[in-house]
Amino acid sequence: MIKKRYILNFPPQSGDKPLSYQLVRDYDIRINILKAEVYPGKRGSLLLELQGKKENIEKGVKYLTEHQVICEPLDKRIHFQEEKCIDCGNCTAVCFAGALTMSKKNWKLEFDKSKCVVCELCIPACPLHLFEIDFR
Amino acid sequence: MPKIKTYEEINQKLKQGKAVVLTAEEVAQMAQSASPAEIAEKVDVVTTATFGAMCSSGAIINFGHTSPPIRMEKIRLNGVPCYEGLAAVDSYIGATACDPENPAYGGAHVIQDLLEGKDVVLEAWGKGTDCYPRKHVRTRINIDSINEFTLFNPRNAYQNYNVAVNTTKKMIHTYMGTLLPNLRNATYSTSGELSPLLNDPDLRTIGLGTRIFLGGTQGFVVWNGTQFHTTRPKNEYGVPVTNAATIAVIGNLKEMSPEYLQAVYYEKYGVSMFIGIGIPIPILDEDMARRVSINNRQIETSVLDYGTVGMPKLEQVNYEQLQSGFIKVKGKKVRTAPVSSLAKARKIAGELKEWLEKGQFELSKPVQIFPQNTSLNSLKETEVEHD
Repeated sequence: MIKKRYILNFPPQSGDKPLSYQLVRDYDIRINILKAEVYPGKRGSLLLELQGKKENIEKGVKYLTEHQVICEPLDKRIHFQEEKCIDCGNCTAVCFAGALTMSKKNWKLEFDKSKCVVCELCIPACPLHLFEIDFR
Repeated sequence: MPKIKTYEEINQKLKQGKAVVLTAEEVAQMAQSASPAEIAEKVDVVTTATFGAMCSSGAIINFGHTSPPIRMEKIRLNGVPCYEGLAAVDSYIGATACDPENPAYGGAHVIQDLLEGKDVVLEAWGKGTDCYPRKHVRTRINIDSINEFTLFNPRNAYQNYNVAVNTTKKMIHTYMGTLLPNLRNATYSTSGELSPLLNDPDLRTIGLGTRIFLGGTQGFVVWNGTQFHTTRPKNEYGVPVTNAATIAVIGNLKEMSPEYLQAVYYEKYGVSMFIGIGIPIPILDEDMARRVSINNRQIETSVLDYGTVGMPKLEQVNYEQLQSGFIKVKGKKVRTAPVSSLAKARKIAGELKEWLEKGQFELSKPVQIFPQNTSLNSLKETEVEHD
């Protein structure tokens, strides 16, 4: 069993199919919706945590892709210019998900992208504007 | 008879490479098992440092004269307004200055761009006089084309600072970062036991003329900082429990490094600048040894509610608690986050230590100590008649 977060972008015409139901039924994947923005007739974006057998998750992602859903691992959608970071800690103040923390050893910023819930609070909180997330 | 070392003796040892230099964190560790007398015996200099946002910063620039010359009476650098009331081609650009149309790019960014060797557009206007006939100039400048480029910061290195929380139901944006509603986070900004003015709380060795690490080069303390407050309540270890003393500093920007100066923009607040400052503290006697031995548990500060007018004090906590990741405020466990870089402060303290050990940095005795018993006026508003 593995657990992985994906960002899904739905095309306008995909609203009529119960895609997540298929993931559960056909691929035995436990899904956890962490964030959703749906604009009927336009587009939809989901942050989904998939839990299941590795091969099933791969099949599930393939299934979504075949139905015109763009499905990318969360960490590929998070851009952080680490080399410019000054380790001030401002982003950790707003990161209630615990993805951004200060190392107690050397007080450098640690970013565990797998914990990110795409609240996007770090984007304006970083005084150097080093974060970008492609959710939509 | 307590042993007393002089500046001259310590400088002699530094020159010979025989001085013992520790960072303030190292000496706090040493103090767990050594007495102040033993520390005074063994240690000659302790390095302290901070790297945080210091809004009251800026640069003096002399642009050089054009031919024919202009008396610059309105000046913009990359669109950012600079002070125009200093002769013909002198100016001061404040870190927080900005064009309201472009609030995310300010004076700090101009300073950083120049420091990084980038071209900056200078535009200036004058009324045109016999001495200065020119009325307008628009050109590019850079760090090599300008004459003096001097960092001069009227208020830096606060001795202690408040912890910020927000008890209201609305998220607020402050210079202490984004404060989540309902006491969901707390931010603090001091490097604790490594912080310069907390290691010499009575400012015995930090005064007019003290040579310091500033932005990657050697600079100087040139005055007490603005809002210099020496009569704040102190705890049993002699440390003020809120923001108290400050220093004004100066140094040659042409020798500084972008690694130790960083322009920042706080959403819905404005521009500021992170300044890297390191101050060496000579261990002249047992009293100084006792001062630098202070540790995070002994340094306390006040938790203020930034969401409420008047910023009421809710709690008093110490830096060991703050650095643990959680504090208790009004009985509630609140997550803490720093807003100044301890990692970079450690790097500065380490670098300054290296300079001292290599005999590249001479300690200077203050020419004059700073005023005692100071406090602050607030701005009282009185009725003003209209003309």
